[in-house]
Amino acid sequence: MDGWAALADPTRRLVFELVVARPRAVGELAAQLPVTRPAVSQHLKLLKTAGLVLDHAEGTRRIYRVNRDGLAALRAELDRFWNQTLANFKQLVEQPQEDA
Amino acid sequence: MTAPVQDTSVRTEIVVDAPQERAFRVFTENFDRIKPREHNMLAVDIAESVFEPRVGGRVYDRGVDGTECRWARVLAYEPPGRIVFTWDINPYWQIETDLDTSSEVEVRFIAESPGRTRVELEHRNLDRHGDGWEGMREGVRGGDGWPLYLRRFAAVTVEDG
Repeated sequence: MDGWAALADPTRRLVFELVVARPRAVGELAAQLPVTRPAVSQHLKLLKTAGLVLDHAEGTRRIYRVNRDGLAALRAELDRFWNQTLANFKQLVEQPQEDA
Repeated sequence: MTAPVQDTSVRTEIVVDAPQERAFRVFTENFDRIKPREHNMLAVDIAESVFEPRVGGRVYDRGVDGTECRWARVLAYEPPGRIVFTWDINPYWQIETDLDTSSEVEVRFIAESPGRTRVELEHRNLDRHGDGWEGMREGVRGGDGWPLYLRRFAAVTVEDG
């Protein structure tokens, strides 16, 4: 899953926004969201796979923070931008000739 | 399924039912109609996006008030097979003023048959923008950085829904 797809889910986006604001533990995120702790963990796992967040252990807690190198997010946005561009292009180029 | 963080390119492709020459022409002459409009660095709405079809040409958006925003320079223009242009936009969707840190986009038009063309697009050297990211970290915490990003993500996603 790329970063764009990872952020397409509204709850996951909410999780991500909270992590962007400041590093947080799973329990802390679950307390602020109308979803269960396992669900939050699942969202974080996907965000991590997409390269949007990083994590580290602090004692028994796992702290998540935004991946500030930005590359994953940039790739996600550009990926979407170019896919949309090519989709628009396909639609246009396949129209009857007299239109172009 | 994973997009590795260290991958510094974005690649995508599409096959269209059109001859190669026509595909190339429509892409470059009608760029205005294929570039997603929600990406706009002007203060006003975009009236037109222009792709100047020659090496050294500019790619720019013109606003409804006449202001212009040039965001790419054409590096290669080789009809009907290939174009390459710079991407002078930084990771926060602002114009990149240091042209050494631009990434670049290559679009290849490959004839699969007389009536079908595969269009391969590669946006590469994205890590070049990274040189500026170190210094932008503070800004990223403010209104111009991640929050703006998120609003864009949200706006576009909602639009899709």
